[in-house]
Amino acid sequence: MTVVDTDRIVVAATRSAELNPDIAALPLTGAAPVFVKLPSGVTDELGGHRARPGRGRQRLIGVALLFVLWEAASLLGWIKPQDLAPPTAVVTTGAHLLSNGALLTALWASLQRVFWGLFVGVPLGALLALAAGLSRTGENLIDGNVQMLRFVPIIGLESLFVLWLGVGETAKIAMITLGVMFPIYVNTYAAIRSLDPRFGELADVLGLSQWARIRRIVLPAALPGFLVGLRMAMAVAWLLLVFAEQINASSGLGYLIVQAQTFFQSNVIVVCLVCYAVLGLLTDSLVRFIERVTLRWQPGR
Amino acid sequence: MSVGIVTATEPAMEFLAPSGAVWVRDLRRSFADREIVRGVDLRIAPGEFVALLGRSGSGKTTILRALAGLDGGVTGELYVPERRSVVFQDPRLLPWADVLGNVILGTQGSAAAARGAEALDEVGLAGHESDWPKTLSGGEAQRVALARALVREPHLLLLDEPFGALDALTRIRMHSLVVKLCERHHPAVLFVTHDVDEAILLADRVLVLSEGQISLDTAVEVAQPRLRSDHQFSALRSTLLAELGVDESTEGSTHTGDPIQIQ
Repeated sequence: MTVVDTDRIVVAATRSAELNPDIAALPLTGAAPVFVKLPSGVTDELGGHRARPGRGRQRLIGVALLFVLWEAASLLGWIKPQDLAPPTAVVTTGAHLLSNGALLTALWASLQRVFWGLFVGVPLGALLALAAGLSRTGENLIDGNVQMLRFVPIIGLESLFVLWLGVGETAKIAMITLGVMFPIYVNTYAAIRSLDPRFGELADVLGLSQWARIRRIVLPAALPGFLVGLRMAMAVAWLLLVFAEQINASSGLGYLIVQAQTFFQSNVIVVCLVCYAVLGLLTDSLVRFIERVTLRWQPGR
Repeated sequence: MSVGIVTATEPAMEFLAPSGAVWVRDLRRSFADREIVRGVDLRIAPGEFVALLGRSGSGKTTILRALAGLDGGVTGELYVPERRSVVFQDPRLLPWADVLGNVILGTQGSAAAARGAEALDEVGLAGHESDWPKTLSGGEAQRVALARALVREPHLLLLDEPFGALDALTRIRMHSLVVKLCERHHPAVLFVTHDVDEAILLADRVLVLSEGQISLDTAVEVAQPRLRSDHQFSALRSTLLAELGVDESTEGSTHTGDPIQIQ
């Protein structure tokens, strides 16, 4: 080395001093190269060891620990049963509600609402996103409206829906439908808009028809965004369901919760909340499964 | 179809020279009041391999894009075959389609898959039909792009620095592959490059583009197989480099930045 970059050596020496305090004692002559030992054998997020052994087990232990603490606090009298029932009571209540059919009836009513909300809202959001993403006219007509409506709290629209559709199923499904549309629209539209313009050139060069362009390029490119939207939509659907069912309903998990509240049955409330959590997890892993199957082409999968 | 392009199936056919594949007169293109291409006349015969050399920013890619029909902003007269293919500098494979799906993208008919597999075999990628593009190396991906261009049996093949992003060894293999494929399919080729050696190795005729105009148009007379050690090769290289404004005596032999010296 003929030219000595002293700044870099000082930086290197400072770094190595952090790693090895012995080096800090050495004089900085500027001539001797300073060696550092670089980390090796470390696995990052992407490389190898993705499913680190024991990781799933540790997560389970974490959850189990929470339940043990909760049970212990209840046994010791720190948590009163009328405030929050202990896990064991929740389990027996759950079993009881299952055996007398009350839970399944409520679940069935709730699931139907979520299903119809998604069934109408998801295609609607996707179609709007396609219309806005594929043509300037569509974009001008649709996007402004959606972006404006997006900031109206859906829950605030409940009163309007009841005014228009009464207190029946339709109002609840309509609210879920509307709430589900937005995450689907926003994510799908963003995915279409961010499509690499070089693929458009490729389509020109290959002489693809409009339909082939949509089918071979636009739809597959929009799929990852759509699936992100779908996961968010699932979460929104469960959220709005709880809300809708607690306002005015004569069936469903939310209705069960309101009734339990009236009779101070915290154990029933907790059973219903656990149901929401499990259903949310199940729908989320369903979308994750769809992602794994349909997005195998993505780098890093 | 873009403005300014007439394909050979339209009535303007009669304007074509009887044996022409590309016929361009007074091609011009401006970007933001700066004229990049300033009146280019270009003729390519069927089956002829023409290299277009130029420094970066000389407008060579602009000409290629005009011939591809990708640039509606050009002026002048352009006649090109309707069946033409482009290989870009990047492979431009759809990541969500497998290799075969990429090759036969936009082709129709029940024989498409068989023809696609055949084209893959020709570029040495038989058996990779159902691979995802993410699993391919740079050279393999570019060979898929080449197969995609060839499966359409083009009358004009437009190559836009297709080896620019490849390493030296892969480039050598791609050169001989392109020569082999052109001998078999015989399309007219416009090969855009900034690499003088590559142009001499592959082309029947070399054009040099400077200041937006063709400043040199010369046939490559170097005997096959073309070797860099050949006297004619080095003479032509000097001529072309001089035309590109590179003085070999002061700038040494590293001019092209092309490390291929092992042939």
